[in-house]
Amino acid sequence: MKLRFSRKALCIPYAVFLLFFVIVPMLVIVFYAFTDRNNHISFQNFIQFFSDPTKLSTIVYSLVIALITTAVTLLIAYPVSYILARSKIKKKTVLLLLFITPMWINFVLRVNAIRELLNWIGLLGEANYFNTVLGMVYDFLPFMILPLYTTMQKIDNSLYEASADLGGNAVTTFFRITVPLSMPGILSGITMVFLPSMTNYVVSDMLGNSKVTIIGKFIETYFGSDWHMGSMIALFLLIIVFVSTIFTGGFKSEENARGANL
Amino acid sequence: MAERIIELVDVTKSYEDNLVIDHINLYVNKGEFITLLGPSGCGKTTTLRMIAGFDLPTSGKILLSGKDISQLPPNKRPVNTVFQRYALFPHLNIFENIAFGLKCKKVLNTYRNKDGEEYTKAEKLSKKEIREKVERALTLVDLEGFEKRSVSTLSGGQQQRVAIARAIVNEPEILLLDEPLGALDLKMRKEMQIELKAMHKRLGITFIYVTHDQEEALTMSDTVVVMADGVVQQIGTPTDIYNEPANTFVADFIGESNIFNGTVVGERKVKFCGKAFDCVDDFERNEPVDVVVRPEDIKMCAPEDGILKGKVVSVVFKGIHYEITVQVGKYELVINSTEKRCEGDVIGLNIGAEEIHLMKPKYTTNIFDGVITKRNTVAFADGEFECDLTQLYPNSRLDEEGYLVTAAGEKLDLTDTEVKVEVGLNDIEISDYAEAGGTTGHIISIIYKGDHYRLIVRTEESEEDFVFATADLWNENDFVSVIIPKEKIKLTLKNTEEKKR
Repeated sequence: MKLRFSRKALCIPYAVFLLFFVIVPMLVIVFYAFTDRNNHISFQNFIQFFSDPTKLSTIVYSLVIALITTAVTLLIAYPVSYILARSKIKKKTVLLLLFITPMWINFVLRVNAIRELLNWIGLLGEANYFNTVLGMVYDFLPFMILPLYTTMQKIDNSLYEASADLGGNAVTTFFRITVPLSMPGILSGITMVFLPSMTNYVVSDMLGNSKVTIIGKFIETYFGSDWHMGSMIALFLLIIVFVSTIFTGGFKSEENARGANL
Repeated sequence: MAERIIELVDVTKSYEDNLVIDHINLYVNKGEFITLLGPSGCGKTTTLRMIAGFDLPTSGKILLSGKDISQLPPNKRPVNTVFQRYALFPHLNIFENIAFGLKCKKVLNTYRNKDGEEYTKAEKLSKKEIREKVERALTLVDLEGFEKRSVSTLSGGQQQRVAIARAIVNEPEILLLDEPLGALDLKMRKEMQIELKAMHKRLGITFIYVTHDQEEALTMSDTVVVMADGVVQQIGTPTDIYNEPANTFVADFIGESNIFNGTVVGERKVKFCGKAFDCVDDFERNEPVDVVVRPEDIKMCAPEDGILKGKVVSVVFKGIHYEITVQVGKYELVINSTEKRCEGDVIGLNIGAEEIHLMKPKYTTNIFDGVITKRNTVAFADGEFECDLTQLYPNSRLDEEGYLVTAAGEKLDLTDTEVKVEVGLNDIEISDYAEAGGTTGHIISIIYKGDHYRLIVRTEESEEDFVFATADLWNENDFVSVIIPKEKIKLTLKNTEEKKR
C-alpha cells in the first residue's frame, strides 16, 4: 500500500494541540460554570454571580481601572509615538528603544522596583488605586507605543503636506488626517493594554497593597476554594474580552483593518 | 506689461551644507502656464515646494502679487498643489477628498442688520455650496458620479483626476503640479497633457508645472524655465528654448543636437568640422565657441554640392523620419530627414546660416584654489596632485631637501602657500582605478561634440567640477579618479608674501 502524505496532514499536530489545550479546557470551564458541587447541572453560580453586589462591584472596579489605565497609556503614548514617527532625527531607533527596553526587563523586577519607589515616597498603602493604575501604565506603555509608532510611521508625509496645502491648520490636520489614519494602531494598542490590565493582578497585589481586587485576582481566589464560581467568572471575563474585541474591530480581516493606512 | 503673480527674488535653499537652489530669480505672469524643466536633482521640485510653502527659502524672497509670502505656512497661501503621487487621503472617499479644502475654508459674507448697516462675517461654506462645488469639479475632470467611491478602487489616471479636482475646487490663484503625469503610461500621459492644457485655458488659473520630460514641457507651456544644478539655465517660450538654446546644456537637454567646438574665423563666419560656415551670430574674431546644429537643420545633397562631404554610417527608421549618422572626417553628425539614404552612401551636407547657433562656451578652463603641501605637491578639489613648483619663480630649482631655490639663490619653504591652479580642458584624463589619479568623483554630465565627449566630473566632498574633453565613452554617474599630468598643472601665487627661511 502506498502511503499518501497530503499537505493537510501537517495541521494534525496543531489540531491535536488545539483540541487538548484550548477546546477541551474551555468545555471544562463551561461545564464547571454550570454545575454545582455534586456535578449536577445548575444555574446557581450564574444567579449568585449576578445577584451578589460585592462581586459585581469588583467587576466594575476592575473595568474602571482597566479603562483609566488604557486612557492614560494612550494619552502618554500618542504624543510620544507621534513625535518619534515624525521627527527627522537620525538616532530615532535609539529613542524608540529607550521606551521599549523596559518591556525586556523582568516583569516582577519592574513591579518590585516601582513598589520600592512608592514605599520610599510614602505612597505605598496610602493611594492603592492610584498606585495600581500607575504601575499598570508604566508596565503597558510600550505595548501602546509600539503599534502606534508603527502605524504613524507608515503615514506618508505628503498627506500632511496635502492637508496643509488645502488650508488645513495643525488642529484640522491632526483630527482629520493623523487620528483617522493612526486608528488601526490606536485600536491594537487599546486591545494590548485593556485586556491585560483587567487580569494582571500581580500589579494590583503588589502596588495596591492587596487592597485592590481586579477580575484576575478574583478568579485566582475562587479557584482556591470554589472551582464552579471561578469558572463562572472566567467565562464572564471571556465574554467581556470577546465583546471588546468586536468593539475594537479585532475580528475584521487583515485587509480591512489595514485599509485605513492603505 | 503683464501682471506678475509670483516672483522669486534671489532665492537660495540649502539643506545642511548642501546648496540645492543657487540664487534663483524668476517671475510668473498671471494666467501663464510655466514649466520648470530639468534633470532630477536640478532643484525644480524644491523651487515648487518653496512656492507651496512646504520648504522655506534659506535666503531671498518669494513675492505673491508683490507681497512677501516667504515665511507663510502652506495653509495660509492661496496656492494648491497636485502631488507627484497624488497624496489622496486613503480614509476618505472621493467626495470627502475633494471637499477637504472647502471645509477648511472660510468666506466673508456681507449681511445687513436691522438698521441697514452692512457687516461682514467669516463663515464656513454651507453643505449645499460644498456639494455644488465638488460636483462641478468632478464634472470638470470627467468623474461625475464618483463621489462615494473609495480612493483605492480608482485607477492611476482616475486618482490623478481626483488630485486635480481636489486642488482646483479651491479656486487657487496658482496651481502647482509636481510631475503629475510621471506615474501614468504613455498613452494616458498624452491624453492628460491635452486635458491639462485645455483646463488651463478654461480656468484661467496660473499653472506652475514641474517635469523632467522635455517634450511635455514644450507641448504644454507658455514659458519654459530650464534648470540644472540649482541654477536657471534659460527662460523662454518653447520655440525660443528649442531654437535658441542659451548654452550647450540646454541644447543637449532639449531635443537632439549636434554640438561642436568651433572658432570664429571672420565676420559672421565660424569654423567647425574642419570647414568655415556663414552664420548669423556675431562674436569676436578667433574666439572659441560652442556650435549647435539641430539634426533636422542639416540638409543632404550631392557630394560635390555640399560644404561637408561624408559617408553614411548608420540609418535608423524613426516613424516619420530617418535618423542618419554621417561620418565627416573625424566628426560624426546626426541628421533627421524624411529622405532615405543607405549605409555607405557618400553624401554632401549643407547647413543654412540661420540654423547654426553659436554660444559662448561655459567652460574654457578649470580653475581651483590650491595649497602647496609639505611634499611639494598641490592639494585641491579633495585631492593631491604632483606639480612643478619651479614655475612659481622664474629660473628657480628644487634642492635635495625639497626647498625651492630662486634664481637669486634664496631658499624658500612653500608649505601652506595658497596658489591658483589652472588646468586646461584637454589636459585631464580619468580612470576606473580610484588610486590612479589625484582625486575622485562622479561623472555628472556627458555631452557629445561630434568627435569627442565633454565630461564633467564632480568631487564628492567639496563638489569641485573638472571639465574636460575625452575620446572615450563613459557613463553618467561612473565613479572615476582624475589624472592630471604634472606638467599640465599651471600654478600662480595668490599672494606675494611667502614664507622665508
